[in-house]
Amino acid sequence: MHVSPTVNGTTQAHDVEPRLLLVHYLRDVVGLTATNVGCDTSSCGACTVLLDGESVKSCTVLAVQADGAEIVTVEALARDDELHPVQQAFRENHGLQCGYCTPGMVMAALSLLREHPDPTEEEVREGLEGNLCRCTGYHNIVKAVLAAAGMPGATGVRA
Amino acid sequence: MSILGNRVLRREDPKFLTTGGTYVDDLPIEGALWVTYVRSTMAHARLLGIDVSEARQAPGVVDVITGADVDLAPLAPFPFIPQTMAWPWLATETVRFVGEPIVAIVTEDRYQGEDAAELVFVDYEPLPAVIDPVEALQGDVVLFPEAGTNVATGQPAAGATDLFEGCEVVVRRRIVNQRVAPCPLEGRAAAAVWSDDGRLTMWSSSQSAHGTRDELVNRVGLDPETVRVIAPDVGGGFGAKVANYPEDLLVPWIARRVGRPVKWVESRSESMVGLGHGRGQVQDIEIGGTRDGRVLAYRLSVVQNAGAYPRIGSALPMMTRMMVDGVYSIPRVEFASTSVVTNMTPTVAYRGAGRPEATAAIERAIDLFAAEIGMGPADVRRRNFIPKDAFPYTTSVGTVYDSGDYDRALDLVLEAADYEALRKEQEQRRERGDVVQLGIGLCVYVEITAAGTNGEWGAVEVLPDGRIKVRTGVSPHGQGHVTSISMIAAERLGVAVDDVEVVYGDTDEVLKGVGTVASRSIQKGGVAVHRAAGEVLEQAKKVAADLLEANPDDMVFDPVGGRFHVAGTPALAKTWSDLAAAAPGGLTAAVDLEGGGPTFPFGAHVAVVEVDMETGKVWLRRLVAVDDAGRILNPMLAEGQVHGGLAQGVAQALFEEVRHDEDGNPVTTNLADYAFISAAELPSFETIHMETPTPVNELGAKGIGESGTIGATPAVQNAVVDALAHLGVRHVPMPATPQTVWRVIIEASAPATG
Ligand code: FES
Ligand code: FES
Repeated sequence: MHVSPTVNGTTQAHDVEPRLLLVHYLRDVVGLTATNVGCDTSSCGACTVLLDGESVKSCTVLAVQADGAEIVTVEALARDDELHPVQQAFRENHGLQCGYCTPGMVMAALSLLREHPDPTEEEVREGLEGNLCRCTGYHNIVKAVLAAAGMPGATGVRA
Repeated sequence: MSILGNRVLRREDPKFLTTGGTYVDDLPIEGALWVTYVRSTMAHARLLGIDVSEARQAPGVVDVITGADVDLAPLAPFPFIPQTMAWPWLATETVRFVGEPIVAIVTEDRYQGEDAAELVFVDYEPLPAVIDPVEALQGDVVLFPEAGTNVATGQPAAGATDLFEGCEVVVRRRIVNQRVAPCPLEGRAAAAVWSDDGRLTMWSSSQSAHGTRDELVNRVGLDPETVRVIAPDVGGGFGAKVANYPEDLLVPWIARRVGRPVKWVESRSESMVGLGHGRGQVQDIEIGGTRDGRVLAYRLSVVQNAGAYPRIGSALPMMTRMMVDGVYSIPRVEFASTSVVTNMTPTVAYRGAGRPEATAAIERAIDLFAAEIGMGPADVRRRNFIPKDAFPYTTSVGTVYDSGDYDRALDLVLEAADYEALRKEQEQRRERGDVVQLGIGLCVYVEITAAGTNGEWGAVEVLPDGRIKVRTGVSPHGQGHVTSISMIAAERLGVAVDDVEVVYGDTDEVLKGVGTVASRSIQKGGVAVHRAAGEVLEQAKKVAADLLEANPDDMVFDPVGGRFHVAGTPALAKTWSDLAAAAPGGLTAAVDLEGGGPTFPFGAHVAVVEVDMETGKVWLRRLVAVDDAGRILNPMLAEGQVHGGLAQGVAQALFEEVRHDEDGNPVTTNLADYAFISAAELPSFETIHMETPTPVNELGAKGIGESGTIGATPAVQNAVVDALAHLGVRHVPMPATPQTVWRVIIEASAPATG
């Protein structure tokens, strides 16, 4: 089947199997491999991307369902050498270790901040419940999201 | 001023945050085929037939491989284990756990592999399964009839009958340190490419590229000269990726057989049954002493569940034994263990690997003893600590602790937690009969890091442009060693951290390596680099002296600018690039660190929980942690290690458990069913700084990778017990799920019958 989503500002056009998952489309067809797969039960959030501005687990969406949609992955956030405020906050607060959960976590954090521009710690913890990390114990991820909340441009995406 | 001890941001991060890491699945390997394993759906069965004829015809199938095709000797266990307990590459006659690989299918793409796997028909004749390690000990069901026993290995007790003589009080209890799944967020993965000249490149999601290379040599029979193993970015390991598995070691063999590159990436559901599990000890604890709080004797008897094929998990009790005394000076201590095979996923190392089990046992035992004599848990601990002037201290089993100050760790944590106020609040809630009660749990631990591994290799080279290239045998996968190792070299050589390139995880680039295991990377790998940099410094001094026509003894090294000059004439200085150009053979040194021994980090944790007495639900409200790992190079990275460890400790105490039904079918085979801890179940942690340097190495550094897990698990478990103590409760099994806790409350509240 033919799909033509816009990924990070670029319009794509591919013929894909109807069963192809969006995450595999992004990784294997478009070649954007930052978004990871950590489970097969929509539990871990490693695959989180923005679809028409909303965060989704891209392993729960078929590529064909994303036809015509706007998709944003973590690859679109930084500009030249400048990290996006959320990325910057993750770096400054050591919100990542092995990095596997990170692309999905950053996208989930971005989406959380759009809904709660000034979240409490509890709102951050609840909001990230569907994004698992095995390395950080979440402490510094939560700290990073709270820090990002105060930064200008934290909810913006320039793609 | 030295850069060591500073919160230097990670050099690794920009890549992970922008383009993502390059994990095995991300590698662009031209023409790579996809490997899919068909796994046993039975815990224990004879294989009557494997029909792959339909699978062979499926679209995209290039090859279908069964055990009969694999011309390699099965994976033999450690020499001290019956050799009949070897692990077949692909099962041919018997399957011994759900998830055991039976068939490998090679397809053009990943979805075709799953399709074809569904067309493999395996004819099983079910055998009774044994899941409980204590039952396995009885041997009614034997996994390896040729071995005639389920016992893989053991450490007998000395069998002192008078161990508890003179004790006014003796408490005995069986406790279980349950099985948990390590769950690195990236599962296992491997890729292999053979070049035309007969050389193999294998990428492996491994904690040790060199270890994987050695396994390929020893088990697959490859010539070490022809093998290059690369550990690319690795999405966590936690011990479970230290040793290799049939599935990943077979990948190069498959690539050679099909004559094309291949890739294998397991799914989470496969990983939950295929990647080794951790812990799995049944512990009988006996503790005795006087009514005024002196512990006189302690015995720990362990049955270790090794899983179906005895791997490193069968040897974990050796580590448990080394740490059996904990932080206490106990006159008489005895330890015994038996490791048995069961119809479960093989047990492997998982964060702490044998030490959390030792700590859980002694820290529960101390609380049981304290409850029995009616003394406060902090007081009993203090009464029995190894005093700080007793180091180096030799324990009952001969372990030599390097340095420690347990009193101070406990003081610090109690003060930070405001222990007195917490106890008051607890008292008030009890008096009021609140529905939500408060529990306060303590754990004071000591652990062993860099145990049972050899040294580490490191090399330092000055590049023509004056930048520094470091090669190290450690194999980081989240620890931030690119940053910490470059800090060590930068400090020694007076260059910027960003001017140090760190090369690791590649057997072609790094001569030797043990890897990132056993919380040893800085104290072994870091020290090797530190020494190599020191040698380079000495070489440079001579070259600078020649250039400046001076006596080497008159040379001064300026660590701020990384320059040499003659004493008194700093204006005429030689830089690293000057010296690299002038040194005939270049400036380079390699150090193969030997010996040095392990180190013993310690700490004290306080956990504060609330328990809903009507539902059994437990909330962890606070976790206050003092973790002393000697001198800290980068507090930000060290805290990060502690945080991750704490979360995994809490996870074991409250949530996570690998569970099976009575037929041996695992029921926690994905992340929807396994209670992987999330952000919503944790508070922010309160970590407190304490540094007692070790005399064992020149950096004064101990390991920090596993401490959090070791201290947190018993602290949280003890807190749950403490919340119910006024009901007469002395123990609550892990994980303290609402159902478990509720049952304990009901039993404790029921009027005694009979
Ligand atoms: S991979 Fe999508 S939720 Fe885990
Ligand atoms: S950083 Fe490793 S899983 Fe989150």
